[in-house]
Parts: sequence; C-alpha cells; structure tokens
Amino acid sequence: MSRFCSLHDAIHDQVKTGNTVALEGFTHLIPHAAGHEIIRQRLSDLHLVRMTPDIVYDQLIGAGCASNLTFSWGGNPGVGSLHRLRDAIEHHWPRSLAIEEHSHAGMAARYVAGASNLPFGTLRGYVGTDLPGHTATIRQIQCPFTGESVTAVPALRPDVAIIHAQRADQAGNVQLWGIVGLQKEAVLSARRNIVTVEEVVESLTPVPNAVVLPSWVVDAVCLVPNGAHPSYAMGFTSRDNTFYQAWDAISKDRVAFTDWIDRHILRTSDHSEFLRSISVEVSTNA
Amino acid sequence: MPESYSSEELMIVSAARRLGRLASAGHPVCFVGIGLPSAAANLARKLYSPPPVLVYESGCIGSKPSNLPLSIGDGELAETADALISIPETFAYWLQAGRIDVGFLGGAQIDKFANINSTVIGNYDNPTTRLPGAGGAPEIAASAKQVMVIMRQSVRSFVERCDFRTSVGHGSGPGDRQRFGLLGEGPRWVITDLGILEPDPSSSELTMVAVQPGVTRDQVSSATGWALKFAESVVTIDPPSSSELQALRQLEMA
Repeated sequence: MSRFCSLHDAIHDQVKTGNTVALEGFTHLIPHAAGHEIIRQRLSDLHLVRMTPDIVYDQLIGAGCASNLTFSWGGNPGVGSLHRLRDAIEHHWPRSLAIEEHSHAGMAARYVAGASNLPFGTLRGYVGTDLPGHTATIRQIQCPFTGESVTAVPALRPDVAIIHAQRADQAGNVQLWGIVGLQKEAVLSARRNIVTVEEVVESLTPVPNAVVLPSWVVDAVCLVPNGAHPSYAMGFTSRDNTFYQAWDAISKDRVAFTDWIDRHILRTSDHSEFLRSISVEVSTNA
Repeated sequence: MPESYSSEELMIVSAARRLGRLASAGHPVCFVGIGLPSAAANLARKLYSPPPVLVYESGCIGSKPSNLPLSIGDGELAETADALISIPETFAYWLQAGRIDVGFLGGAQIDKFANINSTVIGNYDNPTTRLPGAGGAPEIAASAKQVMVIMRQSVRSFVERCDFRTSVGHGSGPGDRQRFGLLGEGPRWVITDLGILEPDPSSSELTMVAVQPGVTRDQVSSATGWALKFAESVVTIDPPSSSELQALRQLEMA
C-alpha cells in the first residue's frame, strides 16, 4: 500500500548502494527530480537500467553514482551525444562503467517478462547484427511448437523502479497519460517503487489513454511539481527544449559539468530549490 | 528563374517524393526517427494526398505536428496522434507484427550492402567514438516491409564494412535476409545529399541510380568508401519546385 512521503525520505528508504535501479519515462514524464535526489544522497555503485539514458543518466553517471548501465539508446534526443556517458565509456571518467546493450524492442520484452513473472521474454530481433556477440543476455531459442527460431532475453527485475506521473489521489492511486512508455511494466517488474507526481487530488477522474496504478502496487508517492523538468508532464508542463540544447555545452566539459552538479544539485536541498536555482517557474495550466 | 537550394534540402525533398509515391501506391504507414527522417516524412505529409501516416517510436500513431519536433516525445506528437500506445505495444503489435510499410533510418556508417552502424566507431570495447546505440533501429530494419535510409554521403560514412553492424541491411549479399528469418525486404532506397542509391537486384550491392543536378560521377565515387557501381542509366533528380522548397522552409522555420 502506497504511503506519501518526501522525495528525500523515499530515496533514502528505498534506494541502497549497489541496487539495480530503473528510472523510466520515454521522453515524457522522466523522473529527473528523483535522479537529482540520488545524486544529492551520494548513492554509488548503482546498476542503472533505462531504455533511453538521456540527461538524467548523464548526470548520474558523471556524478559517479553508477557502476553498470543496461540500456538501448544513449543520446540527448534531437541534440546529440551524452558527453558524460561517452566520457565514462571512452575514458572511464569519473569511473569505469560496465554496459549491457540491447535494442528498444529487447528492453521492452525484458520489462514485460519481469512484470509477468516470467524468466525471459521473446522477440524477433537482433538476428544478423553484432549485438549478440557483445551482449551475453541475447540468445536464440527454438519454439517448442513450430521449431521456429526466436530471440530470448532475460526478465528485468530491478530492485527499485522510479517514475513520474501526473497525479495521485489521496488513497495513493496513481494516474499517468500521454506518452506512457513502459512505466507500468517498469513498476510491476521491480521489487520496490517510487512515484513522483505533479499533484495530489481528492479522487481521480478518467482521462483518455490513462494508465492507473492502484495504490496497492505503489510503495511511495511523493508530491514533486515539475519533477520531470526538463522533460514534461502532459497537461502540466512543457518540454524545456532549450535546456536539452544547453545541456550539450554544460556536459561537454568535466569542470563545467562538476560545477553545474555542485551548484544546482549538491548545494540545493530539494527540487523546488533546484528549480529556483536554474530559474524555472512551475507552470501549471490547470 | 530557378530558386537556389542546398543539397540537403533536395535530399529531404527526394525522400519526401518517394514517401508520397509509396502512400499513393497504398503503403502509407511510415515509422519515423527524429532528424532528417522526421523532416522528410512531415514534408511528404504537407505535400501529398493521401499523406503518409507517421508512427513515432514513442508510441504516437498518426501524429500530425505543425512544426518539426526536437524529440520523438514532444508534446505535439502526442496531442495530434490518432492513437497513443505503450512502448511494448509499439514494438510488438505494430512493428514486429508487420504493420509498418516503410521504416525510415539514418546512422553513422552504412556499408555497400546497406548494413547500418549506430553503435560505435572503432573497437566495441575501446571505442574511438561511442554513438547512441541501437534504439529501435535493428527491429525497424528487420520488420518494416521496406526500409528507406537517409544519410549524408562521405567516405567516413559510406564504408566498405561497418565497424559494428547495428541493423541488418542485406547482410553479406543475396539470401542473407531470408537466412536470418527477417520479415521485411530491407533497405530499398538510400537517399543522400549527392543522389540516390539502390541495392542491385542480383548482387544486393548499393548502386548509384540517381544524382542531384550538377553532381559528377567522380564526386560521388570519391565520397564513397568502396568501388561504387553506377546503374546503366543514372537519372538526374529534378530540382525542388518552389512549392516543395516553400513547404520545407516553412516546416523548418515553424
């Protein structure tokens, strides 16, 4: 049953050094505030999992929080490289990062298997590519009914899944809509979970395309308005494309990056202070 | 008086024309990545009737954005979509099940059999340049009925052999796609800023079939990292019409 708490307490209680942690949200509803709180609490040796490690994982990796990364596409969408991710892989800075690389389709099959309590997922994928030669978690199996060959990938079972949603009701039921990615699968595949939300309402009203996570599968709900910034929450905030573009220069240089992390994350106490420090107003169009 | 245009503009227009023809022929459903593919697909949507149907891997089916999105998850793609679906559904029910007519890809390297690298330049374990990785590309290349590639042509990007094969084009030659059990036909067109390449029907090797106005064979050969063959008759691509140029520039300015 979900409990309401501060983001500080949720991260402190649920995320431990060495854990496998999945922050999900496919371009929309990315839980940036939660990623920042992990950096603030100086958690380390994390095995990070995420289909698209974008800016939030660039920050976690550059800040030295991660020892492993399982992913399928690591870039700054529409802008270019993730310089901290590249520096970790190419030059082992600030530490070396072991990678386990899949495709989007493979990662999706892995989360679905995890959420379904199956040992592996199957797909038609990877055949003829160089990925199976470098990623041990891609194997061919034979269909027991037709003899056809298909690709198997093991279930993902993170210790903790963290997502951002538009809202929760007072009972702790969570509702998200718009581009819903695979946050439902991430939450249901993980042993524990944390959900940050834009608002807490009396009761949930239906929204087209919404995913509802009943309170009894949610562990912690934290009210964090604009908690996805620079990503967005449809109906609440807009994607801050300017920040995504600005990140390229901030992250290119180790000193500029370290200074940014220090000023805006380590020296702020929570997300509202962080937003003030980078001068982003919480815009609500309710 | 013909308007001046860049080779990049004609590259996008050439891709859009092909998408328009495919839509007219009953193959409208196009799986779009961000950047050049998105520009070409949205241009085709503005210029042609019936328009292509744009599917973005974020789970937006039938998006109709008025300006070019920065990311595949921009709000406008979701707001203008016919349907919004989850990521597992996008890849399993729509792409893997064969509901995509045209997969649209780019990459850092392409080889003479149209295999694509978007993973690393150099050695995998000790790369010179780490690229973003596979994303949706391997399964788009495998399962879309036909694949269109759009890339700027240079010796750095058009190579004899990719440093890493992220997505399968025609493997090592004819028959490989069938051997791998891939659903779609693979790359049919490679649109570049110099012209258009297509796989030779018997050898599957990419062959230059069309060039942009004023582009010489020498220029194309020296921008290609293998001994490039030319089709028997190489077509010169029509320059962009003023309406094509206007529509493209409006999209990019918006």
